[in-house]
Amino acid sequence: MPFEVVSGSQAAAIAVQRVGVDLVAAYPITPQTAIVETLANYDAKGELGCDFVSVESEYSALACCNGAAAAGARVFTATASHGLAYMHEMIHWCSGARLPIVMVNVNRAIGAPWCLDPDQGDSLSQRDTGWMQIYCSGAQEVFDTVLQAYRLSEELLLPCMVVFDGFYISHTYEAVDIPDKEQVSKFIGPSNFKAQVVPGEPGNIQGIIPGEIQHQLVKKRSETMMFAPSLFEELNKSFEKIFGRCYRAVEVVAPIGAKTAIFTAGATAETVRWCLPKMEGTAMIQLRMFRPFPAEQIRSIIEKNNFERIVVIDRNCSVGVGGILAQELKAALYGMSKLPAVHDLILAGGIDLTGEMLGQMVEESDGNVKTGYKWGDELL
Amino acid sequence: MEQLTQDFLRTKKLPHIWCPGCGNGIVTAALVRAIERAGYNQQDVVIVSGIGCSSRAAGYLNFNTLHTTHGRALAFATGLKMARPELKLFVIMGDGDCSAIGGNHFIHAARRNIDLNAVIINNHIYGMTGGQHSPLTPTGMKATTAPGGTLERPFDLLELARGAGATFGARGNAAQPRQLEQLISRAANHKGFSVVEALSQCPIAYGRRNKLGGAVEMLREMKDKAVSVEKASTMDVDELKDKTLSGVIYSVDAPEFSEEYYRSIGKA
Ligand code: SF4
Repeated sequence: MPFEVVSGSQAAAIAVQRVGVDLVAAYPITPQTAIVETLANYDAKGELGCDFVSVESEYSALACCNGAAAAGARVFTATASHGLAYMHEMIHWCSGARLPIVMVNVNRAIGAPWCLDPDQGDSLSQRDTGWMQIYCSGAQEVFDTVLQAYRLSEELLLPCMVVFDGFYISHTYEAVDIPDKEQVSKFIGPSNFKAQVVPGEPGNIQGIIPGEIQHQLVKKRSETMMFAPSLFEELNKSFEKIFGRCYRAVEVVAPIGAKTAIFTAGATAETVRWCLPKMEGTAMIQLRMFRPFPAEQIRSIIEKNNFERIVVIDRNCSVGVGGILAQELKAALYGMSKLPAVHDLILAGGIDLTGEMLGQMVEESDGNVKTGYKWGDELL
Repeated sequence: MEQLTQDFLRTKKLPHIWCPGCGNGIVTAALVRAIERAGYNQQDVVIVSGIGCSSRAAGYLNFNTLHTTHGRALAFATGLKMARPELKLFVIMGDGDCSAIGGNHFIHAARRNIDLNAVIINNHIYGMTGGQHSPLTPTGMKATTAPGGTLERPFDLLELARGAGATFGARGNAAQPRQLEQLISRAANHKGFSVVEALSQCPIAYGRRNKLGGAVEMLREMKDKAVSVEKASTMDVDELKDKTLSGVIYSVDAPEFSEEYYRSIGKA
């Protein structure tokens, strides 16, 4: 299969082109801009084959996707940081409307003050909006996850956010296996979800309902999303048959006898993967699917491997609490008979993770049964 | 005069980040001289900016400066003005910032006729993110989000503001910085919402893609196209085609919002 050297952002855009969408809504924001620019180039060459709407704000981008998806269109938009925060109302709205929208978010810190560096807090803080969220650790994963996101989204009628780190992934060039349209269509054909707005069938959608009905709808939405981890596993089987590679909602790299596992998501997982051979007795748990949170899978990985300590790398901070991944992990472990200690390294704002920091963190956690957290700058 | 202008700059923050040939520096310098010309005390002046290349100006200006979120500079400035009406506020925005994502705040600031001085650096493009078309990109011009030329029609920013209720509208350009300085100082002296559209060149993200030459060529064209309001009144429609009006386009008196508000307190 043809390998091309592309950036993470380009990989996302090419995937969208290969999937074949009906509408792209575009608004620039660093470090996402290259995605919509790549799509605009396809459009100019007549190779996008869809509507390309350049809107006046991120909010409008998602509203535009909502309208089009309600009419049965397969849609795409991309954003980052403040753009995602500005969409917040629409993010909830699209999930409540049960529209299969796929959006890429490229992680970047949120102000004030202004900062361009990667921090996953922008998307992690959207955890309660009813979107599936999948975090990628490299450009190949970005490409593949965009394809899979459409399948997940259209089968569950829930929107899906494909997330990757700004600059570390968005601006880094890697060799990516890029299948052609025909091959992609073996995995994902034309969209066939039911349109909500149908000419000749007038109806009022997204209107006002009483709380009792809203209760039912939220329940249904929540129950539906719980199918995502098993569906992800299923569709990765067919993905593997076509493309020869596959992913898990939670991945584990565990050398025999490892007692400590590093738990992280996104580009840091790639850093950890590279450092592991030098870190004897240390494993890694890479979280891909953050929403829904695959608690069962994580518990069974920890139980099976007998991990005694988990070191979480959190490229974010919920101020007043600590790292978000650590919070989620601790909640997932609740009630386990052999509870591992959870240590958290917080890289919020945007500082690099080095092998030395990792080593120090693992060393300090060694034998330490007390759960706690550390700031990245304390290890520099 | 020279020394005072230097005092208005945070010289430690220089050199600036703008590309060689960028018009943002020319407009910022005109603003500094206009503030000086208006005779304001340094401590009474507040600069509010949005985000984008143009909005970086706030970081270089030695006043109280507030660098805000995309498109919202006027909303921040409205709060500031209402809390401290005696302050002199200049709001620096770019064309994308002001007229796209910030379009709503722009029309409502105009509608209220609140005493803010909006200086919009219009280089027809989103520069900082690398050249996407904005609501002020002329139809047919190229951008990364419109590689074949944009099909959309641009706003006439000053007419938009006038329609929304702005009481002062002027247009200048980076090729005629002295005139721009005068226009900004007239805006400063005007009570109510004033808009100065400062046409400027972005040779990097706009000029290059549209084959408009470098900064010199772009400035020359800007100057050639500019026709003063007075001169325009002697020209017919054909002669005015492809020209841009410069100078004070409108200036009318109307009640100013913060004054009216404070006057109304206790009367209800
Ligand atoms: S990109 Fe354009 S507007 Fe921005 S600094 Fe460079 S020349 Fe100026």
